[in-house]
Amino acid sequence: MSAFLTLLKRDILLATREGGALGTALGFYLIVIALMPLGLGPDLNLLARIAAGVLWIALLLAALLSLPRIFEADHDDGSLEVMAMGPLPLEAVAAAKSLAHWITTGIPLALLAPVLGILLNLDLATYPILIATMLAGTPAISFLGAIGAALTLRTRRGGLLLALLVLPLYIPTLIFGISAISAATMGPSGYDAALLILGAISLASVVLGPLAAAAALRVQLQ
Amino acid sequence: MQTITQKLANPTRFMELSGKLLPWLAAAAALTLGYAMYLAFFVAPPDYQQGETVKIMFIHVPAAWLAMMGYSIIALSSFGLLVFRHPLADVSAKAAAPIGAAFTLLALITGSLWGKPMWGTYWVWDARLTSVLILFFLYLGLMALRSSLEDEATAAKLTAVLALVGVVILPIIKFSVDWWNTLHQPASVLKMGGSTIHPDLLRPLLISAIGFTILFLVLHLKGMRNEILRRRVKALTMAEVERAARGHVPAAAE
Repeated sequence: MSAFLTLLKRDILLATREGGALGTALGFYLIVIALMPLGLGPDLNLLARIAAGVLWIALLLAALLSLPRIFEADHDDGSLEVMAMGPLPLEAVAAAKSLAHWITTGIPLALLAPVLGILLNLDLATYPILIATMLAGTPAISFLGAIGAALTLRTRRGGLLLALLVLPLYIPTLIFGISAISAATMGPSGYDAALLILGAISLASVVLGPLAAAAALRVQLQ
Repeated sequence: MQTITQKLANPTRFMELSGKLLPWLAAAAALTLGYAMYLAFFVAPPDYQQGETVKIMFIHVPAAWLAMMGYSIIALSSFGLLVFRHPLADVSAKAAAPIGAAFTLLALITGSLWGKPMWGTYWVWDARLTSVLILFFLYLGLMALRSSLEDEATAAKLTAVLALVGVVILPIIKFSVDWWNTLHQPASVLKMGGSTIHPDLLRPLLISAIGFTILFLVLHLKGMRNEILRRRVKALTMAEVERAARGHVPAAAE
């Protein structure tokens, strides 16, 4: 367990001290949201209606950009091979790295979303629900994304391929995130169910993601 | 006592057996599909509500079922590759992907052609349609991942991992019409308490489904044979190049 925590701490430290990666994801998130009113026209009623969906989609894209970072640097300098030979099972390595990605990317993006909601005239009552769905849904993004990152570790044109592999896996998260928000704005009924399913998807990906990512890493490290 | 899968692990034996089997299966597929089309166009009565458009079902339903069977074959083959290291498992997974993708696309297209007169729109974002669309994306992802990797052994294993992750979609597609309130009708062919389709329409549907399934098997076997031959050609070429490099082949040197 201490090896797991050490690795987690190391990855978080690397991500925060390095700075650039997180800043890029947040900046990308900001610019995509800023493009929306320019493309759709500044009609505040229209923007308020689609705000939650736009925030979710832009969050998926911003997180997608940061996925290669999970394994890439460690694979390039060889430390991933050291970790594979170390006492920690590769599944736990993948889990620690995915968790670090969630903490350094998923949570900041989820917390930035309501701020960007101001730009889209998001209804004030929706803010807590938006944050709740994003915090419940973003673990799935990191842990499923780790599978894609591990699969495309050594491919040419990996970025586009990663999008093609991972975005279909994100669709359930997106659907239930949005349906929780729309259920909450219509009335209290249905909100709990969608949020619970969202949590279930995240928990399932916390189990599935590291297993599949470790299997892919073993092939990559052969 | 060897099981059949163990016997078929030898590609030469597989080529022999599949070569004998293939003409018969192809003939069976042609006959069954021909008979199904005859029933569909000349015998089956129009539906009392849907009219003649009900006949789209004779292609749509088998295609949708084969879209899922194709992915099941890929998933089973991937499991066979990763767990038992069966030498033909990857060949089977690779051959099944484009065929499954084609049937998925066929199901989506015929479904939307049927949807225009019946639902008044080519496409709705209901659970069944969305989940089948995700299945189509998964097929594309499998093929894209495989084509992006140079080394075939690595490509085989990584694609197998992705295929097993994607298998979650199959129960979602199957039960989407029960879990959510969808525009797409729930299962009506196979269900407890008998089918809700009139026998006059059910019979051509089942015959068509059998025909399309045999067609899938024919295409799959043919694809596997082509893949095996392609790998042999590649291995022979590599051997040839190696020998030429050592200068032992005067005839091929020029």
